[in-house]
Amino acid sequence: MLSGKPNRREFLEATGILIVSFSLPCFGSAADAQSATLPKTVALDEVDAFLAIASSGLVTLYSGKVELGTGVGTALTQIVADELDVPPSRIEVVEGDTATTPAQGKTWGSLTIQVGGVQIRQAAATARQALLQEAGKRLGAAAGDLVVEKGVVRARGDGKQISYGELIGGKNFALKIDQQAPLKDPANYKIVGQPIPRFDIPPKVTGQFTYIQDFKLPGMLHGRVVRPPAIGASLQSVEEKSVNDVAGLVKVIHQGNFLGVVAESEWGAIRAAQKLKASWSNWEGLPEQSHLWEYVRATKINKDDVTSNVGNAEQALEQAAKRVSATYNFAIHSHGSMGPSCAVAEFKDGKLTCWSASQATHDLRLQLAAMLSMKDSDVRVIYVDGSGCYGRNGHEDAAADAVLLARAVGRPVRVQWMREDEHGWDPKGPPTLMDLQAGLDGSGHVVAWYSQLYVPEGAGGNVKLVAAELAGLPFEKGMSPGNIINNSAIPYTFPNVRTVAHRLAETPLRPSWIRAPGRMQNTFCNEAFVDEVAVAAGADPLEFRLHYLNDSRGTDLLKRLARFAQWQGRTSQKASSGEVSTGRGTSYVKYELARTYVGAVADVEINRKSGEIRVKHVAIVQDCGQVINPDGVRNQIEGNVIQTVSRTLKEEVTFDRSHVTSLDWVTYPILTFPEVPDVDIDLMERPTEKPWGVGEPSSAVVPSAIANAVFDAVGVRLRSVPFTPAKLRAALQSAST
Amino acid sequence: MPLLYALRDNLGLHGPRFGCGLGQCGACTVHIEGNAARSCVTPLSAVGKKKVVTLEGLGSPQKLVALQEAFITEQAAQCGFCIGGMIMEAAAFLAHNKSPSEAQIKQALAHNLCRCGTHLRIVRAVKRAAAAA
Repeated sequence: MLSGKPNRREFLEATGILIVSFSLPCFGSAADAQSATLPKTVALDEVDAFLAIASSGLVTLYSGKVELGTGVGTALTQIVADELDVPPSRIEVVEGDTATTPAQGKTWGSLTIQVGGVQIRQAAATARQALLQEAGKRLGAAAGDLVVEKGVVRARGDGKQISYGELIGGKNFALKIDQQAPLKDPANYKIVGQPIPRFDIPPKVTGQFTYIQDFKLPGMLHGRVVRPPAIGASLQSVEEKSVNDVAGLVKVIHQGNFLGVVAESEWGAIRAAQKLKASWSNWEGLPEQSHLWEYVRATKINKDDVTSNVGNAEQALEQAAKRVSATYNFAIHSHGSMGPSCAVAEFKDGKLTCWSASQATHDLRLQLAAMLSMKDSDVRVIYVDGSGCYGRNGHEDAAADAVLLARAVGRPVRVQWMREDEHGWDPKGPPTLMDLQAGLDGSGHVVAWYSQLYVPEGAGGNVKLVAAELAGLPFEKGMSPGNIINNSAIPYTFPNVRTVAHRLAETPLRPSWIRAPGRMQNTFCNEAFVDEVAVAAGADPLEFRLHYLNDSRGTDLLKRLARFAQWQGRTSQKASSGEVSTGRGTSYVKYELARTYVGAVADVEINRKSGEIRVKHVAIVQDCGQVINPDGVRNQIEGNVIQTVSRTLKEEVTFDRSHVTSLDWVTYPILTFPEVPDVDIDLMERPTEKPWGVGEPSSAVVPSAIANAVFDAVGVRLRSVPFTPAKLRAALQSAST
Repeated sequence: MPLLYALRDNLGLHGPRFGCGLGQCGACTVHIEGNAARSCVTPLSAVGKKKVVTLEGLGSPQKLVALQEAFITEQAAQCGFCIGGMIMEAAAFLAHNKSPSEAQIKQALAHNLCRCGTHLRIVRAVKRAAAAA
């Protein structure tokens, strides 16, 4: 297996010759000293921004997109390896260091391969073209007579050869990326498309891997934050003497409502944070959770986004022979990272360096500079892998906390959030509410679809930093929940369709994007309602979808799903009356109506008495175009299915009028081993197509597939995630009365 | 002070990880006298002279134990933050149950949480390791 990676000497050589990058302290001050004198280009149109080749032949890939645990570090390596014809083991990846990597945008939206990887592929193709031209000159051969193997260029005729290291080692390419540089024919891929084992797994299973939580600097202190007991409370007083007896206490820091402690040891910081006495004002600005959906419906609408409008849906509804309507909602969710967020910050000579697991180090750099009114050029953020984040979790906030504490004590500070900080203060996937109506004519054809979505306004951008707001420092004022109106429009060709997103002026808890933001919630509402409409039309739900799709890749996928899952056509639920019932449901998504296709069939087992739902099995068929690493894709799909089964059955952030009350894994339970379903996957590989995202799309189909399976099993509709036993019991009871 | 901080901060070990500090997630799992224990809620004072083994003590990159090899073969990790705890829990379990059923493996890991959804691969890895032993 290809797990060999460059050794440290080679890596230093690579980074030392051309540029310098990785500044984990273990690589020593020589590297740091060079980075100060050799600024490396990070311009998005320069080959040197992405690639460097040392005289040893070692290739360094500089990626602005980062490994969040999804395997993209290995997949990006495969792309470069194939395009350059270099073994993957001879490629090192540097990720997310703002001083050395190009700003390729946040690592989000299932775009790392689709966008970032394609940029990197073009940079590699440009590099290869230049290397072959130079080799041709040196070997006296025409470009067409050259072959490359393992980073060595050979002339077919006389067999003379020269290595990439000899051609470029020690020099910059000094080339703009050529969008016309020829890409390798996919038929000739040797590494792309192969299930190459991930490079990061061996160190992760032996404890050798360095997560941000393990990262240390010489002289580093430990910090903890003390958050307000109520989200909007004001700090009235702090009794510093309450922590006088904590060994190694360095300082209590308060600025506005930002409160934190710094100590020599981590345990000292924890003890100080626990013991520190402070008084806060009362604040009860959150709505009553029991009336959340009334609150959402009553929230001021700042604007309407019409996400699709065909024909006249309202008029067609009025004239329809049969109408179906339903309201769906999806609870507030947490990212639920296993490792609470952590960061390290250091000020030196008026400059700030912050080590963070942020999915957006380039943007975080600008946020931190704005918070402290520093010049952007005086701030560097260096990516270090963290616990999986599944969107914008607390990593950036922990970074801001570390920065404020480090500034206050003049030494490097590591801030590690506690479990309650992560569950309580990570930004949340906002509550989602959708009203849906459909109309059918006398012969069961759908004539109208009309949906109204209620979600907070805002899109991607940057999520405000908790520390900046608490400390009264500059921060972003708007909400950034992600592009959560995606997939509110539908893929089906009904003659009259109107889908409107009412964008709300506020939402109870600071919002951000969680995996498949909006796409997951909206697809739940749409695809569960499609099942309702199919029943109203007297049609098999899978046949119904096929009938209304005008998209050959979509119909290919659904037909393949029907075979793969051995779907038995049906026109009504087979609801049995025993205590335990089984059922199956299907769902479909074309992600953002623009890319990756996923179809699902879920099998559930229901206990009518307890209301418990067991998801036994999920079958997934996915078409994401060209697949870089099929095992990596399968790993992501399995993960998406299991995480989303967890979200669908169990998860809901709870809160009172003052603060989040689901602060641990007991109050915010997630799926456990005995509860996980089996997952079977059929990948429709299309090697000559574009590589589309795989990180999120298969999340989108899971909640509706389960909802539809529940209906198949027991004849009731669950329209509110999570599908708790209490909700199912209530639905069964109201159906029987 | 809990054992976890002695292992991580005083001894510089990365195998045991801080996940919750509440004994709820299993990321901090180590062996104490061969039994899986949550080091985040085990007071250092309760450890005394008992033998503590962390992930690093199980096997090294140069000399992997069967479980670690099986996790690599099955590619049983995503972010990997929970994986050390999974391996330690599974190792203690396999020491007592040489040929477990899938249901027994799932039950043995019922109190170890994974957020990436790598459960199926973890179960396959534990089965593989059991078969290899």
